[in-house]
Amino acid sequence: MASVKFVSASRVYAKDAPPAVGALDLDIKDGEFMVLVGPSGSGKTTALRMLAGLEPLDGGRVEIGEKDVTFVPPKDRDIAMVFQNYALYPSKTVAENMGFALKMQHVPKADRERRVREAARLLDLDDQLLDRKPKALSGGQRQRVAMGRAIVREPKVFLMDEPLSNLDAKLRVQTRSQIAELQRRLGITTVYVTHDQVEAMTMGHRVAVLRDGQLQQCDTPRQLYDNPVNQFVAGFIGSPAMNLQTVPITDDGVQLGGTTLPLPAAVSAAARQAGLHELVLGIRPEHLHLADGSGELRGEVLLVEELGADALLHVRLAGSGDPVVARAEGRKPPAQGQPVTFNVQTEDVFAFHPETGARLAG
Amino acid sequence: MTATATATATAVPVRDREPAGLRVRRMSGQVGWAVLAWVVGIAFFLPVLWMVLTAFKPESAAQTWPPKFVFSPTLAQFRLVFSGWGPYVTHSLIATTVSTVLVLALGVPAAYALSVHPVPHWRDGLFFFISTKMLPIVAVIGPLYVIALKTHLLDSIWVLIILYTAMNLPLAIWLIRSFMLEVPKEMLEAAELDGAGRAREMTEVIMPVISPGLVSTALICVIFAWNELFLALNLTTTNAATLPMFLISSVPQEGLYLAHLSAAATVASVPVILVGWIAQRSLVRGLSMGAIK
Repeated sequence: MASVKFVSASRVYAKDAPPAVGALDLDIKDGEFMVLVGPSGSGKTTALRMLAGLEPLDGGRVEIGEKDVTFVPPKDRDIAMVFQNYALYPSKTVAENMGFALKMQHVPKADRERRVREAARLLDLDDQLLDRKPKALSGGQRQRVAMGRAIVREPKVFLMDEPLSNLDAKLRVQTRSQIAELQRRLGITTVYVTHDQVEAMTMGHRVAVLRDGQLQQCDTPRQLYDNPVNQFVAGFIGSPAMNLQTVPITDDGVQLGGTTLPLPAAVSAAARQAGLHELVLGIRPEHLHLADGSGELRGEVLLVEELGADALLHVRLAGSGDPVVARAEGRKPPAQGQPVTFNVQTEDVFAFHPETGARLAG
Repeated sequence: MTATATATATAVPVRDREPAGLRVRRMSGQVGWAVLAWVVGIAFFLPVLWMVLTAFKPESAAQTWPPKFVFSPTLAQFRLVFSGWGPYVTHSLIATTVSTVLVLALGVPAAYALSVHPVPHWRDGLFFFISTKMLPIVAVIGPLYVIALKTHLLDSIWVLIILYTAMNLPLAIWLIRSFMLEVPKEMLEAAELDGAGRAREMTEVIMPVISPGLVSTALICVIFAWNELFLALNLTTTNAATLPMFLISSVPQEGLYLAHLSAAATVASVPVILVGWIAQRSLVRGLSMGAIK
């Protein structure tokens, strides 16, 4: 168990291209579950591989437990990694797969078998599976063997590279809670990479959002949701995504849906100071409250997506281009083509700079 | 009207509702391809069949044209072959197995250095290997003879072993390299994280994964070495003569002993076919490796 630190860590692939990871500064506390999330090409897997020692650093350093491990080979860093495609050894049995690292460390056979059995029990892997080869296992079982291979080593840090992406949706939901619970039980510092923001929000103590190699924000899931620091984070975290629209600024607020929405004072001041004539307005789907004809924002329903408990309404607001998504009660949602009105609270509204994407007066 | 049409549509199977013209075209197409496939198959198989049949004929019946398919079979030719082939088959066996073992022993590390952990200028190395196959063997037989003469290796099994190894090594390196490239990079990284050094990575991870590929490579090397005639003919006479040379001894100055030749050829083909049969599952896996992820 140890803390992990990225200190200005950089990785550049091509000389004139932007860095894959640009001067990443990240502090991960001992025993913390840190999720690196971002779209493809954001550098999250590269950052993980730099921590593992599978990718060299072009700048900065990486520390594990206060020790600079930038030039330490992977096997000496006391880490264990779960790969996206599991990377199990096909010619070895499950027990041999899990015990391979211990065999390399010359751990005596009895100890090895005991630790393998304990890890298998922790992961709900039957004893009879221990003698099977990976090709005789289901996807979910293989994933657990890959995790078992990591757990058996009792490392200082767990590294996980999108371990759930090869599972079907239902198994994914089940397994992610198991992983989160396992981490709480073992208390081992974990760095987890995913592109799925739902996994990030539900599993991590803290989440680091990356984009194009740059860290956007590192915070608790709650903070990321309630206080995104820029437009990218606001639009990335939360499902369905926050509605983002460029709207013109008037004296009393902003123009949207055929009405003028007032802005919080701090936001108006910030917009005026930056000399803006328009800004990007962000409203989460659940903050568009459906009103029976009396709401401020007017629009027409384009599509209703029924989820059971809720319904998602795709609405074209009066006077604007892109449709917005609003969350409504599942019982009796409006019909397609029906005119609807919404209310929105001023404090639920986010505003972002139209060019830089930075949050105005956050 | 509509009601009856619907009723008929659900009662009659699809096959019987196919329009007549389309059905004729489809079936004649299928029949055409089947006939073509049989013709091609028979064309390839017929010479082999003739060879095996001729092996059972007495010499007089073998020389006829058109070839006789009705004759009284005899084992006399086989008896002749088995009495004469002793030293030849021994030399072939030794030369083939030793050279194949050497090819694998040298080829696997070479392929490793050109694929998994490529050395600098690996592309040039790879091209150099394959370029040695571009040279016609006839062009180098003169210098090879002189070298064999000076090193006292003429007519010794070792000259064949060395040359067969050299002959098969480039192909083996290319094949083994392509199999090693199929090993998923993540598996090697997992092994690296688990603390496996170079040797363990090779024995515990790479070799088990490519073993079907090694079998198919070995089989190809065995085929080439077993059937090789040109080098054996020019560099050996009695002490290291191989099976192909035994075959051409059926074609002496006096005439063509077709039946004896057929018997010898049949017997010479059997070992390779047998090895291929035993290894066929590995062979198919090896040759189609990586086709489906």
